[in-house]
Amino acid sequence: MTTLLKPQTSNELDIRGLGKRYTHDQAKSGELQVLEGIDLHVSEGSFVSIVGASGCGKSTLLRLILGLDTQYEGQILLGGQPISGTGRERGIVFQDHRLFPWLTVAQNIAVGLRNAPYTAREKAELVAAHVALVGLEGFERSWPHQISGGMAQRVAIARGLVNRPRVLLLDEPFGALDALTRSRLQNELQRIWQKERITMLLVTHDVEEAVFLGDRVVVMQPSPGRIRRTVDVDLPHPRNRSDPAFIRLRDDVLSDFIDSGAEARSPTQPPQPPHKPQGGLPVPGLPAGLQLAW
Amino acid sequence: MSGISRDAAELAAVQPLRPADRSRWRGFVLPVAAIALWWLLSSLDIANSALLVSPAKVFDTAVDQVVTGRLWRALSASLAREATGFVIGTVSGLLLGALLGLSPLFNRIVGPSFNTFKQISLFAWIPLISVWFGLGDVAKVVFLSLAALVPVVVNTCDGIRTVPPGLLEVARVYGFTRWQTVTQVVLPAALPSIFTGVYLALIYSWLATIGAEYLLVAGKGIGNTLIEGSEHFQMDLVIFGMLVIGTVGWLMNAAARALERRLARWTGRAT
Repeated sequence: MTTLLKPQTSNELDIRGLGKRYTHDQAKSGELQVLEGIDLHVSEGSFVSIVGASGCGKSTLLRLILGLDTQYEGQILLGGQPISGTGRERGIVFQDHRLFPWLTVAQNIAVGLRNAPYTAREKAELVAAHVALVGLEGFERSWPHQISGGMAQRVAIARGLVNRPRVLLLDEPFGALDALTRSRLQNELQRIWQKERITMLLVTHDVEEAVFLGDRVVVMQPSPGRIRRTVDVDLPHPRNRSDPAFIRLRDDVLSDFIDSGAEARSPTQPPQPPHKPQGGLPVPGLPAGLQLAW
Repeated sequence: MSGISRDAAELAAVQPLRPADRSRWRGFVLPVAAIALWWLLSSLDIANSALLVSPAKVFDTAVDQVVTGRLWRALSASLAREATGFVIGTVSGLLLGALLGLSPLFNRIVGPSFNTFKQISLFAWIPLISVWFGLGDVAKVVFLSLAALVPVVVNTCDGIRTVPPGLLEVARVYGFTRWQTVTQVVLPAALPSIFTGVYLALIYSWLATIGAEYLLVAGKGIGNTLIEGSEHFQMDLVIFGMLVIGTVGWLMNAAARALERRLARWTGRAT
């Protein structure tokens, strides 16, 4: 069992000069630069958060790493090797859980092992271990429509982890959940990461979530999507949301969004609200009249 | 105050069951009233008894048809035809619909022709079918197969095309082969839509059975019972035939619904 669960060789993710363009009718050049000059290093076993507002290309970045989109400039290296297409060594948790509604909880987790080189018995053991890891014992035979959104997302996390990926990508995994469930699952994810030590790359528009979970927080800005700065979060795990050091770091990252909004806004146009207000951007205690523009 | 609101809440929780239970029986109010009115009118003897036969007469005819075995002969002939046409139409419809849904090339070649073909009213095929296949069982089964084919093709193709792209991405992420993707993602996701097509095929082919027997007049069948009744001006026989056709249709509907509930447990729509 333990030998099965052991991750393989060097699992660091290295992204160099990554760029992505889409053809776009309305853009002047006929093309839209979604990502430009992304350099990112995720060392083995670390947790990196990418935070940015909708439209900064952060989800596109994840799709490129995942291999769903193979058209890009630059390099994506996993353990020194360029990635090609999708692969089981890169797991994913999407914002919408994307469980197969015709499969039970256990069967959905087993989807992650469908083509993995394990025997049926090993697969059953791995599924059972991951049901336990995400705390869903007793729900193995439930259908997705019978469980809550938070539980469905736990199943999705288990499916993403079950074949021991070298890196787990998380695309706004808690964005569709209510605030209480979200913070509970953030704690759960932190515990799972501490236990499993799998390299994780989280994309989110929730600043608090990014700082709470990440060893490093990468702040992105749009048009074209690029890295604004990287913040090291040098706080021990498990973290405490009311720790003054945590709050200081969170407010520091949050200030990026406020500054840029004030600059970028043209005086003739009314401020635009952020696209997804359910995220973490509007934080209580923010001075009134301050607008978050991206 | 809190007591009242709690009572109200409990009432609200209990209440929905009772009307639902009662409404099951409400469906019988209209037929029962219609039969009562029918019985009343025919017993008062105000209408021409040849045009408006009494329920008792229809009942006698029904007993006669069952006892002499005529009902069974007619019904079994019709049902055998229905089943043959339904199976041929559904199987070829599933194949054609799956090809149209899965293969863009096949869709470009065959799609436009099929879309034109399905616009032709089913009954417009009758002259051609009777010339090519005569008036016997072959012609009827061809007609029924056509009736069953169209809804199956349309719904199968639709179901396959509207598989959520997110689920297909999951299949790509986990390295599903093309075959695994089709059998383990596309077909299960399309199943509710496919089932709707098959269900429609069952109903259409039963309607078409009666149509075929009525228009391609040869042989035995429940449709021929109707013709016989109308030719001999036996309204009791006509009404009896209509009741049988309606009952069979209703049974098919109920059976298909029950099967759908079993098949589609996971959709959460079934209760």
